[in-house]
Amino acid sequence: MTELKNKNIIKKILSSIPLILLFISVLNNYDFNYLGLKYFSFNFSYILIFYYSLKKSESLGYTYIFVAGLFNDVVLGTPIGISSLMYLILCGAAAYLRNITLRPSLIKDCIFFLLTILIINSLLFIILNLIFDYELDYFDQIINITYTFLFYFLFSNLFDFFERYIVGSKNAR
Amino acid sequence: METSRDDFVIAIRSAFLKKGTQQRFSLLGLISFSIIFLILGSLNFKAIDYVKIGIKEIVYRSSFIISGPENFLKDNYILVQNHFNLYKTVEINKLELASLRSKDLLNEFIIAENKRLKKVVDDYLVKSDTVIAKVLSDKGSPFLRSIIVNKGSKHKIKLGMVVMDGAYLVGKVVEVNYLSSRVLLLSDLNSKIPVIVEPNEVFSILSGTGEKNGVIQYSEKYEDIKSESVIYTSGTGNLFKAGIPVGKINNNNLSEEKIVEFFSDFSQLRFVKVLSFIKNEAE
Repeated sequence: MTELKNKNIIKKILSSIPLILLFISVLNNYDFNYLGLKYFSFNFSYILIFYYSLKKSESLGYTYIFVAGLFNDVVLGTPIGISSLMYLILCGAAAYLRNITLRPSLIKDCIFFLLTILIINSLLFIILNLIFDYELDYFDQIINITYTFLFYFLFSNLFDFFERYIVGSKNAR
Repeated sequence: METSRDDFVIAIRSAFLKKGTQQRFSLLGLISFSIIFLILGSLNFKAIDYVKIGIKEIVYRSSFIISGPENFLKDNYILVQNHFNLYKTVEINKLELASLRSKDLLNEFIIAENKRLKKVVDDYLVKSDTVIAKVLSDKGSPFLRSIIVNKGSKHKIKLGMVVMDGAYLVGKVVEVNYLSSRVLLLSDLNSKIPVIVEPNEVFSILSGTGEKNGVIQYSEKYEDIKSESVIYTSGTGNLFKAGIPVGKINNNNLSEEKIVEFFSDFSQLRFVKVLSFIKNEAE
């Protein structure tokens, strides 16, 4: 009985790891600035949100994603609400892809992810630049989009591995 | 044709309107909520401001704690790198020390003379009380360069105060909360400060690049700016006191731009001085 209870607790902790990771990523904002890499930056939160909204939507609730967006805005100093909006659009795109997909494939997911982050970043650029008068660099955005897209392959496989072999869920794929 | 359009509408409707298991709000509801948040926030709506302040106080502290492991890794990485560069650094420092010793002999006399002359032209500024602040977070997006410090309005921090790392300029306070403040670094794309480039006395504007460096904007005597020239604040517009060292020109690049290497390494900031300069009324 106790063993069963312990197993349930461990499973609960493991299943909330994506949520913990999301909050760590928005509060910490991995930037790897100290490595001195000039042309390197990626958005881990986009990858995490898209993957889990697509494959296991119950792991990250929309409300938590909304709150994570607010936190992200505070850490980055962008107008409050903008990251939430972007994250939720990303969720919407992932949910749409989930609805229309009969046979999932990583390549299709990646292409859809690329299209979505291109739209999201364009929207972000337009809102920040035209409405809030922030000066942004096109090149930085392109670098960020490119690495976020490339890292999707890696993290998608890592999350698959985590869900299948560590959490033990069957509907991750 | 009709069927595929129906399918699209059904998929969109399902994605945006359907609440999943354990979801309290639909996606569309939350999207509308964030747009309302964004609009009211930009209009400085009071209730949103209070929410913002509450979130900021929580997030800045949490961010400091959560960044702990990454900061530990970062510090160790830098420590190891410094060990590898130790010999080279010592050799450079020896040469620099010899040259500085000779310059130092003249310095005190020049400072005293400068103070006297500034008083004559009524431009003598003194520092207000300096507040030493700890850097809570130096996280920024790839587009924004700012830091969060652990002193706010409670410690008499005000908007526009100067932030320095030792004798070098780092940036200025752009947001003040009760227990924390945000400092816009000189390297941020939105940072623009009036500077003077010496020698040759070239007045210009220093802009951030969003990277580690800054860049001198084109001015009339642009060609007079040579490599290794030193940049100081010019004091124009009363934004900063004149003569705060900022950085030096590094022309080791292929472009025509005058790139500025800051004296302070913004990625290594741990403690900073927050202060303002006020006119000395006393004779």
